[in-house]
Amino acid sequence: MSKEPLLVVTDLTKHFPVKEGMFLSRSVGAVKAVDGVSFEIPEGKTLGLVGESGSGKSTTGYTVLQLIKPTSGSVRFMGKELTELPRGQVRKLRREMQIVFQDPYSSLDPRMTVGDIVAEPLIVHSVGSRRSRSARVRELLEVVGFDPTFTNRYPHEFSGGQRQRIGIARALALGPKLIVCDEPVSALDVSIQAQILNLLKDLQRDFGLTYLFIAHDLAVVRSMSDRIAVMQSGKIVEEGEAEEVYEHPGHQYTKKLLTSVPVPDPRLMRERKVERRRVAAADRAAVSAI
Amino acid sequence: MALLEVDDLQTHFFTREGVVRAVDGVSFEVEKGKTLGIVGESGCGKSVAALSIIGLLPQPPAKIVGGSVRFEDFDLAALSDKSLEDIRGHEIAMIFQDPMTSLNPTLKIGTQIMETMQRHLDYSKAEARKRAIELLEEVHIPNAKDRLDDYPHRFSGGMRQRVMIAIAISCNPKLLIADEPTTALDVTVQAGVLDLLEELQEQHEMAMIVITHDMGVVAEAADDIVVMYAGQIVEQASSLDLFDNPEHPYTEALLGALPQIEGTGIREGRLTAIPGRPPDLADPPSACRFAPRCPFSEREDSCTKEMPQLRQVRPGHWVRSAHPGSERAREPVGAAK
Repeated sequence: MSKEPLLVVTDLTKHFPVKEGMFLSRSVGAVKAVDGVSFEIPEGKTLGLVGESGSGKSTTGYTVLQLIKPTSGSVRFMGKELTELPRGQVRKLRREMQIVFQDPYSSLDPRMTVGDIVAEPLIVHSVGSRRSRSARVRELLEVVGFDPTFTNRYPHEFSGGQRQRIGIARALALGPKLIVCDEPVSALDVSIQAQILNLLKDLQRDFGLTYLFIAHDLAVVRSMSDRIAVMQSGKIVEEGEAEEVYEHPGHQYTKKLLTSVPVPDPRLMRERKVERRRVAAADRAAVSAI
Repeated sequence: MALLEVDDLQTHFFTREGVVRAVDGVSFEVEKGKTLGIVGESGCGKSVAALSIIGLLPQPPAKIVGGSVRFEDFDLAALSDKSLEDIRGHEIAMIFQDPMTSLNPTLKIGTQIMETMQRHLDYSKAEARKRAIELLEEVHIPNAKDRLDDYPHRFSGGMRQRVMIAIAISCNPKLLIADEPTTALDVTVQAGVLDLLEELQEQHEMAMIVITHDMGVVAEAADDIVVMYAGQIVEQASSLDLFDNPEHPYTEALLGALPQIEGTGIREGRLTAIPGRPPDLADPPSACRFAPRCPFSEREDSCTKEMPQLRQVRPGHWVRSAHPGSERAREPVGAAK
């Protein structure tokens, strides 16, 4: 039998109830944030999850990690069914699955020093002695390209890119196998974004990490992913090898996304614009004819 | 004579940490009916430059300490607040990045559109209301007549930006300043808003300044482009010439740092990151501000000692660098500088 991929997600759903009434006591329906999503990621690979706001891509990431309890479906990680494991066991498995958040301004506790932030997962999971932890923190910061002499400083003293490095060091602290990267560079400037993307690539190569890489930027996702899944309204509408999905999109929505991305080529942009205006005018004519 | 001429604009912020030279000697022109793109990363001064033009910066801490802003026959930098108010929203309009916060949530959108026309054009309520419906139709909001009495929360982000645009064009401005107009929007919505802006520009013969961090957006929207870095213009050219032959090492680096959406070997490759960060504008180097991050600058170069001037390397193409692309003989000094 061939080895099971590190992460296998099958028919995952997350519905949020919509409530009404004086005390919001009546459920009148549900928002199907994640609506029957299936994918797998082999160890050491990256699946890119791309979609627009509200497509359910982040909720998918949170439900995979059991940070939000899924409504139904299966999440198999390292051969274990996460949705059926008791909380304590899931907690233990957190050592193997971590998350890097979008906003390095709000995802780091402003009252904790850089050293404490990176050490926290080690303390929570009772790893090592105080001394070995402090050595580990320095090592982690060095790995992510953050000057380890700054462990006693606070997050606000650093730029967005440096803060994101702190967040990545924290995610790496327990030596995880899987990292969910939830829009890790969307708050950063282009020049800094490239630094962080390169860092994530290097870490994957050096530590054999597996990524679920969530982002709205199609170019960013392409640069990181082996396979790409396109999400729309809670569903994966297309999934495949990165190059295949981008060069030969099969789904109408993927095509629309790809032709909407502005690229630094004025001539190409002009051609696309002419085409879009033609389509938009035809759409409006069709609407007014009804 | 251009519609807007900004000459050697200097806007400083007087803070406890010292004087921050947010805009440090910026000059550009905007021709009638044309679009100027101002592109740069956070903190480069692009928004402060725009806000200085229309006097929307809080003073203090900000102060325009030098230069002039000529719009038609007025020097905006020297105008009183009262006179500026007559121009702002009327002759020069502005739209902002965040359509979620730039509308008043407690007022119907009709009221917010009519307000500007009643202030500047002396429209009666009935006239303003009639015109507001037309405006909503112009920005392609369906059922314009019914939507007038809705509050902003009933509109999506893209639709709110369309409402903002309707307000901006309500008094037929000669110049529209759009500060990151599509940054908060999804890509498919962004395309629609950019198309709308261009359509309205043609109809109203407006000039536009589009401020953005996104090289793709300026490629799409602008006729001419200004690239800003650390409070200064580092490159200035027509859009076609800028993207065909970028001259400044910073412009090249920015384009190189962008992940590619098409091609092969993307997954395996690394991006060309720009090492380091922009300088602190409270204490900028007196030499070239990009030199510490520049792959072509060596320790003994003149650009590490004095500030290069903005100079023309070919007609209409200006660059502030000792090592513009077309004059460069040397290889990059090594990536890990």
